Amino acid sequence: MTAVLYARQTFAIAGKDLRSELRSKETVNASLSFALVILLLFSFAFDPSAETVRDISGGLLWLVFAFAGALILNRSFARELMNDCLDALLASPTSGSQLFLGKCIANFVLLMAVEAVCLPVFGIFYNVVWTRRIGWLTIVFALGTWALTVIGTMFSALTVNLRLRELMLPILVYPMMLPALMAAIQLTTVLMTGEAPGNENAIWLRLLVGFDIIFTILGVALVETVLIG
Amino acid sequence: MAERFRKDPMNAVDVQDVWKFYGDFPALRGIELNVERGACLALLGRNGAGKTTLLRIIAGLSRPGKGRVNVLGENARDKNTRRNIGVLGHSIGVYEELSALENLKLFARLYGVADPTRTALEWLERTGLTVVRDGLVREFSRGMRQRLAVARAFLHDPALLLLDEPFTALDDRAIGVLQSLLKQAQSEGRSIIMSTHQLREALELATDVALINRGKLGFRGPRTQEMLDDPGWLYRNYGDA
Repeated sequence: MTAVLYARQTFAIAGKDLRSELRSKETVNASLSFALVILLLFSFAFDPSAETVRDISGGLLWLVFAFAGALILNRSFARELMNDCLDALLASPTSGSQLFLGKCIANFVLLMAVEAVCLPVFGIFYNVVWTRRIGWLTIVFALGTWALTVIGTMFSALTVNLRLRELMLPILVYPMMLPALMAAIQLTTVLMTGEAPGNENAIWLRLLVGFDIIFTILGVALVETVLIG
Repeated sequence: MAERFRKDPMNAVDVQDVWKFYGDFPALRGIELNVERGACLALLGRNGAGKTTLLRIIAGLSRPGKGRVNVLGENARDKNTRRNIGVLGHSIGVYEELSALENLKLFARLYGVADPTRTALEWLERTGLTVVRDGLVREFSRGMRQRLAVARAFLHDPALLLLDEPFTALDDRAIGVLQSLLKQAQSEGRSIIMSTHQLREALELATDVALINRGKLGFRGPRTQEMLDDPGWLYRNYGDA
Protein backbone atom coordinates (compact mmCIF):
# COMPACT_ATOMS: atom_id res chain seq x y z
CA MET A 1 0.00 0.00 0.00
CA THR A 2 1.37 3.39 -0.90
CA ALA A 3 1.82 6.07 1.71
CA VAL A 4 -0.65 8.27 -0.15
CA LEU A 5 -3.38 5.63 -0.07
CA TYR A 6 -2.63 4.90 3.59
CA ALA A 7 -2.95 8.60 4.45
CA ARG A 8 -6.07 9.04 2.30
CA GLN A 9 -7.87 6.16 3.99
CA THR A 10 -6.76 7.31 7.44
CA PHE A 11 -8.10 10.80 6.78
CA ALA A 12 -11.31 9.29 5.37
CA ILE A 13 -11.90 7.66 8.76
CA ALA A 14 -11.03 10.89 10.59
CA GLY A 15 -13.30 12.88 8.26
CA LYS A 16 -16.14 10.45 8.82
CA ASP A 17 -15.86 10.82 12.61
CA LEU A 18 -15.66 14.62 12.44
CA ARG A 19 -18.60 14.86 10.05
CA SER A 20 -20.72 12.58 12.24
CA GLU A 21 -19.81 14.62 15.30
CA LEU A 22 -20.52 17.95 13.63
CA ARG A 23 -23.99 16.69 12.72
CA SER A 24 -24.88 15.05 16.00
CA LYS A 25 -22.78 17.29 18.31
CA GLU A 26 -23.12 14.33 20.61
CA THR A 27 -19.87 14.67 22.52
CA VAL A 28 -18.53 18.14 21.79
CA ASN A 29 -21.50 19.88 23.38
CA ALA A 30 -21.24 17.73 26.49
CA SER A 31 -17.47 18.09 26.72
CA LEU A 32 -17.49 21.85 26.18
CA SER A 33 -20.32 22.48 28.61
CA PHE A 34 -18.62 20.35 31.23
CA ALA A 35 -15.29 22.17 30.79
CA LEU A 36 -16.86 25.61 30.96
CA VAL A 37 -18.95 24.77 34.01
CA ILE A 38 -15.91 23.44 35.87
CA LEU A 39 -13.90 26.55 35.01
CA LEU A 40 -16.78 28.73 36.15
CA LEU A 41 -17.33 26.81 39.40
CA PHE A 42 -13.65 26.93 40.33
CA SER A 43 -13.57 30.67 39.71
CA PHE A 44 -16.41 31.10 42.21
CA ALA A 45 -15.22 28.48 44.65
CA PHE A 46 -11.83 30.11 45.19
CA ASP A 47 -10.72 33.67 45.20
CA PRO A 48 -7.06 33.29 44.40
CA SER A 49 -4.52 36.07 44.04
CA ALA A 50 -2.96 36.68 40.63
CA GLU A 51 0.16 34.81 41.68
CA THR A 52 -1.75 31.78 42.94
CA VAL A 53 -3.76 31.64 39.72
CA ARG A 54 -0.58 31.46 37.68
CA ASP A 55 0.73 28.71 39.93
CA ILE A 56 -2.36 26.57 39.57
CA SER A 57 -3.23 27.49 35.97
CA GLY A 58 -1.52 24.48 34.39
CA GLY A 59 -3.04 22.01 36.82
CA LEU A 60 -6.50 23.52 36.61
CA LEU A 61 -6.55 23.65 32.82
CA TRP A 62 -5.20 20.15 32.25
CA LEU A 63 -7.49 18.54 34.79
CA VAL A 64 -10.44 20.20 33.08
CA PHE A 65 -9.17 19.04 29.67
CA ALA A 66 -8.56 15.52 30.92
CA PHE A 67 -12.06 15.16 32.39
CA ALA A 68 -13.79 16.88 29.49
CA GLY A 69 -11.68 14.88 27.04
CA ALA A 70 -12.86 11.60 28.53
CA LEU A 71 -16.37 12.43 27.34
CA ILE A 72 -15.10 12.71 23.76
CA LEU A 73 -12.76 9.72 23.96
CA ASN A 74 -15.39 7.46 25.49
CA ARG A 75 -17.56 7.73 22.39
CA SER A 76 -14.69 7.30 19.95
CA PHE A 77 -15.11 3.55 19.38
CA ALA A 78 -18.50 3.29 21.08
CA ARG A 79 -20.07 5.23 18.20
CA GLU A 80 -19.03 2.37 15.91
CA LEU A 81 -21.25 -0.08 17.80
CA MET A 82 -24.44 1.31 16.33
CA ASN A 83 -25.37 -0.74 13.24
CA ASP A 84 -22.20 -2.83 13.78
CA CYS A 85 -20.14 -0.24 11.92
CA LEU A 86 -16.99 -1.46 13.67
CA ASP A 87 -17.36 -4.84 11.92
CA ALA A 88 -17.86 -3.10 8.59
CA LEU A 89 -14.65 -1.12 9.17
CA LEU A 90 -12.69 -4.17 10.32
CA ALA A 91 -13.91 -6.18 7.34
CA SER A 92 -12.56 -3.52 4.97
CA PRO A 93 -8.92 -3.68 3.87
CA THR A 94 -7.90 -0.78 6.08
CA SER A 95 -5.48 -1.74 8.81
CA GLY A 96 -6.04 -1.39 12.53
CA SER A 97 -3.36 1.29 12.57
CA GLN A 98 -5.31 3.38 10.04
CA LEU A 99 -8.45 3.03 12.10
CA PHE A 100 -6.54 4.01 15.25
CA LEU A 101 -4.77 6.98 13.68
CA GLY A 102 -7.93 8.17 11.93
CA LYS A 103 -9.77 8.16 15.24
CA CYS A 104 -6.83 9.83 17.01
CA ILE A 105 -6.84 12.65 14.44
CA ALA A 106 -10.60 13.20 14.83
CA ASN A 107 -10.37 13.13 18.64
CA PHE A 108 -7.37 15.47 18.57
CA VAL A 109 -9.25 18.03 16.46
CA LEU A 110 -12.30 17.87 18.72
CA LEU A 111 -10.24 18.18 21.90
CA MET A 112 -8.20 21.07 20.52
CA ALA A 113 -11.46 22.81 19.57
CA VAL A 114 -12.74 22.44 23.15
CA GLU A 115 -9.42 23.74 24.49
CA ALA A 116 -9.46 26.67 22.07
CA VAL A 117 -12.80 27.77 23.51
CA CYS A 118 -11.82 27.10 27.13
CA LEU A 119 -8.58 29.03 27.11
CA PRO A 120 -10.01 32.51 26.48
CA VAL A 121 -12.79 31.77 28.97
CA PHE A 122 -10.14 30.78 31.52
CA GLY A 123 -8.32 34.06 30.80
CA ILE A 124 -11.48 36.07 31.49
CA PHE A 125 -12.65 34.18 34.59
CA TYR A 126 -9.25 34.12 36.24
CA ASN A 127 -7.90 37.40 34.88
CA VAL A 128 -4.86 35.75 33.33
CA VAL A 129 -3.04 36.97 30.23
CA TRP A 130 -2.33 33.72 28.45
CA THR A 131 -1.29 35.12 25.07
CA ARG A 132 2.26 36.13 25.97
CA ARG A 133 3.75 32.80 24.92
CA ILE A 134 1.07 31.71 22.52
CA GLY A 135 3.47 29.90 20.16
CA TRP A 136 4.90 27.74 22.93
CA LEU A 137 1.48 27.30 24.46
CA THR A 138 0.14 25.95 21.17
CA ILE A 139 3.00 23.46 20.98
CA VAL A 140 2.51 22.27 24.57
CA PHE A 141 -1.25 22.03 24.14
CA ALA A 142 -0.82 20.07 20.91
CA LEU A 143 1.66 17.64 22.52
CA GLY A 144 -0.41 17.23 25.69
CA THR A 145 -3.63 16.80 23.75
CA TRP A 146 -2.05 14.19 21.49
CA ALA A 147 -0.91 12.29 24.60
CA LEU A 148 -4.43 12.38 25.99
CA THR A 149 -5.80 11.37 22.59
CA VAL A 150 -3.58 8.34 21.89
CA ILE A 151 -4.03 6.87 25.35
CA GLY A 152 -7.74 7.62 25.37
CA THR A 153 -8.35 6.24 21.89
CA MET A 154 -6.42 3.07 22.67
CA PHE A 155 -8.42 2.43 25.82
CA SER A 156 -11.62 3.39 24.04
CA ALA A 157 -10.89 0.48 21.68
CA LEU A 158 -10.06 -1.78 24.61
CA THR A 159 -13.24 -0.99 26.53
CA VAL A 160 -15.62 -0.73 23.57
CA ASN A 161 -17.39 -3.98 24.34
CA LEU A 162 -17.56 -3.48 28.11
CA ARG A 163 -20.87 -2.59 29.69
CA LEU A 164 -19.17 -0.22 32.14
CA ARG A 165 -16.94 1.44 29.56
CA GLU A 166 -17.88 4.99 30.66
CA LEU A 167 -16.50 4.15 34.08
CA MET A 168 -13.61 1.98 32.97
CA LEU A 169 -12.07 4.44 30.51
CA PRO A 170 -11.16 7.18 33.02
CA ILE A 171 -9.98 4.58 35.55
CA LEU A 172 -7.58 3.13 32.98
CA VAL A 173 -6.59 6.31 31.17
CA TYR A 174 -5.70 8.73 33.97
CA PRO A 175 -3.02 6.64 35.70
CA MET A 176 -1.48 5.82 32.33
CA MET A 177 -1.23 9.42 31.23
CA LEU A 178 0.11 10.75 34.52
CA PRO A 179 3.64 11.43 33.17
CA ALA A 180 2.29 13.36 30.19
CA LEU A 181 -0.18 15.20 32.38
CA MET A 182 2.60 16.22 34.79
CA ALA A 183 4.75 17.49 31.93
CA ALA A 184 1.89 19.42 30.31
CA ILE A 185 0.90 20.95 33.67
CA GLN A 186 4.44 22.00 34.47
CA LEU A 187 5.05 23.56 31.06
CA THR A 188 1.67 25.31 30.94
CA THR A 189 2.23 26.82 34.37
CA VAL A 190 5.61 28.20 33.27
CA LEU A 191 4.16 29.60 30.04
CA MET A 192 1.28 31.30 31.86
CA THR A 193 3.83 33.36 33.80
CA GLY A 194 5.09 34.66 30.48
CA GLU A 195 8.43 32.87 30.67
CA ALA A 196 9.87 30.69 27.94
CA PRO A 197 10.46 27.09 28.96
CA GLY A 198 14.18 27.30 29.70
CA ASN A 199 16.72 24.53 30.13
CA GLU A 200 15.29 23.59 33.53
CA ASN A 201 12.00 22.68 31.85
CA ALA A 202 13.45 20.99 28.78
CA ILE A 203 13.13 17.63 30.53
CA TRP A 204 9.34 18.06 30.68
CA LEU A 205 9.19 18.88 26.98
CA ARG A 206 11.31 15.84 26.16
CA LEU A 207 9.09 13.71 28.37
CA LEU A 208 6.00 14.92 26.55
CA VAL A 209 7.49 14.31 23.11
CA GLY A 210 8.81 10.90 24.15
CA PHE A 211 5.47 9.93 25.67
CA ASP A 212 3.66 10.89 22.45
CA ILE A 213 6.05 8.92 20.27
CA ILE A 214 6.09 5.78 22.44
CA PHE A 215 2.35 5.57 22.94
CA THR A 216 1.57 6.37 19.30
CA ILE A 217 3.82 3.48 18.26
CA LEU A 218 2.30 1.19 20.91
CA GLY A 219 -1.22 2.12 19.85
CA VAL A 220 -0.50 1.54 16.17
CA ALA A 221 1.13 -1.81 16.93
CA LEU A 222 -1.46 -3.13 19.38
CA VAL A 223 -4.82 -1.90 18.18
CA GLU A 224 -5.40 -4.78 15.74
CA THR A 225 -4.85 -7.30 18.55
CA VAL A 226 -7.13 -5.32 20.83
CA LEU A 227 -9.95 -5.22 18.28
CA ILE A 228 -9.70 -8.68 16.68
CA GLY A 229 -8.12 -10.66 19.53
CA MET B 1 -17.48 -10.79 -17.09
CA ALA B 2 -18.89 -14.25 -16.46
CA GLU B 3 -16.42 -16.77 -15.08
CA ARG B 4 -13.90 -14.06 -14.25
CA PHE B 5 -13.82 -15.15 -10.62
CA ARG B 6 -13.55 -18.87 -11.42
CA LYS B 7 -10.08 -18.80 -13.00
CA ASP B 8 -8.16 -19.74 -9.86
CA PRO B 9 -8.36 -23.48 -9.18
CA MET B 10 -7.96 -22.92 -5.45
CA ASN B 11 -11.01 -23.09 -3.19
CA ALA B 12 -12.63 -19.82 -2.25
CA VAL B 13 -12.70 -20.90 1.40
CA ASP B 14 -10.89 -23.67 3.26
CA VAL B 15 -11.81 -24.20 6.88
CA GLN B 16 -9.64 -26.79 8.60
CA ASP B 17 -10.48 -28.16 12.06
CA VAL B 18 -11.70 -24.83 13.38
CA TRP B 19 -12.65 -24.50 17.02
CA LYS B 20 -13.89 -21.38 18.72
CA PHE B 21 -14.46 -21.01 22.44
CA TYR B 22 -16.43 -18.34 24.29
CA GLY B 23 -15.03 -18.88 27.76
CA ASP B 24 -15.34 -22.64 28.23
CA PHE B 25 -18.19 -22.97 25.76
CA PRO B 26 -17.17 -24.39 22.37
CA ALA B 27 -19.17 -22.41 19.80
CA LEU B 28 -17.45 -24.28 16.96
CA ARG B 29 -16.13 -27.82 17.30
CA GLY B 30 -13.68 -28.99 14.67
CA ILE B 31 -15.40 -27.54 11.61
CA GLU B 32 -13.99 -28.79 8.29
CA LEU B 33 -15.49 -27.04 5.30
CA ASN B 34 -14.45 -25.92 1.87
CA VAL B 35 -16.25 -23.80 -0.68
CA GLU B 36 -15.26 -24.01 -4.31
CA ARG B 37 -14.84 -20.91 -6.42
CA GLY B 38 -18.14 -19.89 -7.94
CA ALA B 39 -20.19 -21.96 -5.49
CA CYS B 40 -23.07 -20.63 -3.42
CA LEU B 41 -23.16 -22.29 -0.02
CA ALA B 42 -26.25 -22.07 2.18
CA LEU B 43 -25.08 -22.30 5.77
CA LEU B 44 -27.96 -23.64 7.80
CA GLY B 45 -28.49 -24.35 11.47
CA ARG B 46 -30.71 -23.52 14.39
CA ASN B 47 -30.22 -20.35 16.47
CA GLY B 48 -26.92 -20.55 18.35
CA ALA B 49 -25.58 -23.34 16.13
CA GLY B 50 -22.45 -21.33 15.29
CA LYS B 51 -23.24 -19.98 11.81
CA THR B 52 -22.47 -16.35 12.63
CA THR B 53 -19.32 -17.31 14.51
CA LEU B 54 -18.08 -19.28 11.51
CA LEU B 55 -18.90 -16.44 9.11
CA ARG B 56 -17.11 -13.93 11.35
CA ILE B 57 -14.02 -16.12 11.38
CA ILE B 58 -14.09 -16.48 7.59
CA ALA B 59 -14.53 -12.69 7.30
CA GLY B 60 -11.48 -12.16 9.53
CA LEU B 61 -13.54 -10.43 12.21
CA SER B 62 -12.67 -13.04 14.80
CA ARG B 63 -9.78 -15.47 15.20
CA PRO B 64 -10.36 -19.19 15.66
CA GLY B 65 -9.23 -20.69 18.94
CA LYS B 66 -7.75 -23.59 17.00
CA GLY B 67 -7.52 -24.59 13.36
CA ARG B 68 -6.87 -22.75 10.10
CA VAL B 69 -8.94 -20.72 7.69
CA ASN B 70 -7.78 -19.87 4.19
CA VAL B 71 -9.84 -17.42 2.20
CA LEU B 72 -9.08 -17.04 -1.52
CA GLY B 73 -5.82 -18.83 -0.87
CA GLU B 74 -4.62 -16.50 1.86
CA ASN B 75 -5.11 -15.61 5.51
CA ALA B 76 -8.50 -14.06 6.21
CA ARG B 77 -6.92 -10.96 7.84
CA ASP B 78 -4.68 -10.35 4.84
CA LYS B 79 -5.46 -6.98 3.26
CA ASN B 80 -5.70 -8.36 -0.25
CA THR B 81 -8.12 -11.01 0.97
CA ARG B 82 -10.33 -8.47 2.68
CA ARG B 83 -10.34 -6.34 -0.46
CA ASN B 84 -11.99 -9.29 -2.21
CA ILE B 85 -14.63 -10.06 0.41
CA GLY B 86 -18.02 -8.41 0.72
CA VAL B 87 -19.57 -8.79 4.16
CA LEU B 88 -23.21 -8.24 4.97
CA GLY B 89 -23.75 -8.93 8.64
CA HIS B 90 -26.78 -9.00 10.92
CA SER B 91 -26.72 -5.23 11.10
CA ILE B 92 -26.43 -2.74 8.25
CA GLY B 93 -22.92 -1.43 8.94
CA VAL B 94 -23.56 2.12 7.76
CA TYR B 95 -23.45 5.41 9.65
CA GLU B 96 -26.63 7.10 10.80
CA GLU B 97 -25.20 10.62 10.67
CA LEU B 98 -23.90 10.32 7.11
CA SER B 99 -25.91 10.45 3.92
CA ALA B 100 -26.33 7.41 1.67
CA LEU B 101 -23.83 8.86 -0.79
CA GLU B 102 -21.31 9.73 1.94
CA ASN B 103 -21.54 6.24 3.39
CA LEU B 104 -20.89 4.55 0.07
CA LYS B 105 -18.10 6.98 -0.83
CA LEU B 106 -16.45 6.29 2.52
CA PHE B 107 -16.48 2.52 2.03
CA ALA B 108 -15.42 2.86 -1.62
CA ARG B 109 -12.39 4.83 -0.40
CA LEU B 110 -11.60 2.29 2.32
CA TYR B 111 -11.73 -0.52 -0.26
CA GLY B 112 -9.45 1.46 -2.59
CA VAL B 113 -12.06 1.73 -5.36
CA ALA B 114 -10.65 3.82 -8.23
CA ASP B 115 -13.49 6.34 -8.55
CA PRO B 116 -15.43 6.37 -5.26
CA THR B 117 -18.03 8.96 -6.27
CA ARG B 118 -18.92 7.32 -9.58
CA THR B 119 -19.06 3.86 -7.98
CA ALA B 120 -21.20 5.13 -5.11
CA LEU B 121 -23.65 6.80 -7.48
CA GLU B 122 -23.79 3.68 -9.63
CA TRP B 123 -24.71 1.52 -6.62
CA LEU B 124 -27.27 4.01 -5.38
CA GLU B 125 -28.88 3.70 -8.78
CA ARG B 126 -28.76 -0.11 -8.73
CA THR B 127 -30.38 -0.28 -5.32
CA GLY B 128 -33.00 2.36 -6.10
CA LEU B 129 -31.66 4.94 -3.65
CA THR B 130 -30.67 7.73 -6.04
CA VAL B 131 -33.61 9.90 -4.97
CA VAL B 132 -32.46 9.85 -1.33
CA ARG B 133 -28.73 9.94 -1.99
CA ASP B 134 -28.21 13.06 0.15
CA GLY B 135 -30.60 12.02 2.89
CA LEU B 136 -29.13 11.01 6.24
CA VAL B 137 -29.39 7.30 7.02
CA ARG B 138 -31.08 8.07 10.36
CA GLU B 139 -34.09 9.29 8.34
CA PHE B 140 -34.30 6.14 6.20
CA SER B 141 -36.89 3.41 6.45
CA ARG B 142 -35.72 -0.11 7.33
CA GLY B 143 -35.97 -1.27 3.73
CA MET B 144 -33.89 1.65 2.47
CA ARG B 145 -31.25 0.98 5.11
CA GLN B 146 -31.06 -2.67 4.07
CA ARG B 147 -30.65 -1.76 0.41
CA LEU B 148 -27.88 0.65 1.35
CA ALA B 149 -26.21 -2.12 3.33
CA VAL B 150 -26.41 -4.38 0.28
CA ALA B 151 -24.81 -1.65 -1.84
CA ARG B 152 -22.03 -1.28 0.74
CA ALA B 153 -21.28 -5.00 0.66
CA PHE B 154 -21.20 -5.21 -3.15
CA LEU B 155 -19.66 -1.91 -4.26
CA HIS B 156 -16.02 -3.00 -4.36
CA ASP B 157 -16.67 -5.91 -6.73
CA PRO B 158 -15.83 -8.72 -4.28
CA ALA B 159 -14.95 -12.25 -5.38
CA LEU B 160 -16.45 -13.73 -2.19
CA LEU B 161 -19.68 -12.64 -0.53
CA LEU B 162 -20.36 -13.49 3.11
CA LEU B 163 -23.97 -12.87 4.02
CA ASP B 164 -25.32 -13.41 7.51
CA GLU B 165 -29.08 -13.93 7.35
CA PRO B 166 -29.41 -11.55 4.42
CA PHE B 167 -33.14 -11.98 3.92
CA THR B 168 -34.13 -11.37 7.53
CA ALA B 169 -36.40 -8.36 8.02
CA LEU B 170 -36.15 -7.26 4.40
CA ASP B 171 -39.14 -5.74 2.66
CA ASP B 172 -40.28 -7.16 -0.71
CA ARG B 173 -38.32 -4.62 -2.69
CA ALA B 174 -35.10 -5.23 -0.77
CA ILE B 175 -35.54 -9.01 -1.17
CA GLY B 176 -35.98 -8.47 -4.92
CA VAL B 177 -32.87 -6.29 -5.14
CA LEU B 178 -30.80 -8.76 -3.13
CA GLN B 179 -31.98 -11.83 -5.04
CA SER B 180 -31.25 -10.26 -8.40
CA LEU B 181 -27.81 -9.13 -7.23
CA LEU B 182 -27.03 -12.59 -5.87
CA LYS B 183 -28.15 -14.27 -9.09
CA GLN B 184 -25.97 -11.89 -11.07
CA ALA B 185 -23.07 -12.49 -8.70
CA GLN B 186 -23.47 -16.23 -9.21
CA SER B 187 -23.58 -15.88 -12.98
CA GLU B 188 -20.35 -13.89 -12.78
CA GLY B 189 -18.69 -16.71 -10.89
CA ARG B 190 -18.46 -15.06 -7.48
CA SER B 191 -18.48 -17.34 -4.46
CA ILE B 192 -21.22 -16.85 -1.91
CA ILE B 193 -21.68 -18.11 1.62
CA MET B 194 -24.92 -17.18 3.30
CA SER B 195 -26.27 -18.21 6.64
CA THR B 196 -30.02 -18.14 6.79
CA HIS B 197 -33.25 -19.38 8.32
CA GLN B 198 -35.18 -18.60 5.13
CA LEU B 199 -34.70 -22.06 3.68
CA ARG B 200 -36.71 -21.63 0.50
CA GLU B 201 -34.99 -18.40 -0.68
CA ALA B 202 -31.57 -19.73 0.25
CA LEU B 203 -31.99 -23.18 -1.32
CA GLU B 204 -33.21 -21.67 -4.57
CA LEU B 205 -29.89 -19.85 -4.92
CA ALA B 206 -27.56 -22.39 -3.33
CA THR B 207 -25.39 -24.87 -5.17
CA ASP B 208 -24.19 -26.40 -1.90
CA VAL B 209 -25.55 -26.81 1.58
CA ALA B 210 -23.91 -27.12 4.99
CA LEU B 211 -25.77 -27.72 8.23
CA ILE B 212 -24.25 -26.90 11.60
CA ASN B 213 -25.57 -28.54 14.75
CA ARG B 214 -24.33 -27.06 18.04
CA GLY B 215 -20.97 -26.09 16.60
CA LYS B 216 -20.41 -29.33 14.64
CA LEU B 217 -20.87 -29.89 10.96
CA GLY B 218 -23.93 -32.12 10.55
CA PHE B 219 -24.13 -32.19 6.79
CA ARG B 220 -22.13 -30.92 3.82
CA GLY B 221 -23.04 -31.62 0.23
CA PRO B 222 -24.57 -30.34 -2.96
CA ARG B 223 -28.09 -28.99 -2.91
CA THR B 224 -30.49 -31.57 -4.26
CA GLN B 225 -33.96 -31.46 -5.72
CA GLU B 226 -35.18 -33.26 -2.60
CA MET B 227 -34.14 -30.26 -0.47
CA LEU B 228 -35.89 -27.85 -2.82
CA ASP B 229 -39.11 -29.85 -2.75
CA ASP B 230 -39.05 -30.17 1.01
CA PRO B 231 -36.84 -27.59 2.75
CA GLY B 232 -37.39 -29.29 6.12
CA TRP B 233 -35.90 -32.56 4.87
CA LEU B 234 -32.36 -31.61 5.81
CA TYR B 235 -33.22 -30.79 9.42
CA ARG B 236 -35.25 -33.98 9.80
CA ASN B 237 -32.45 -36.18 8.52
CA TYR B 238 -29.31 -34.44 9.68
CA GLY B 239 -30.40 -31.93 12.33
CA ASP B 240 -29.89 -32.53 16.05
CA ALA B 241 -32.87 -33.60 18.10
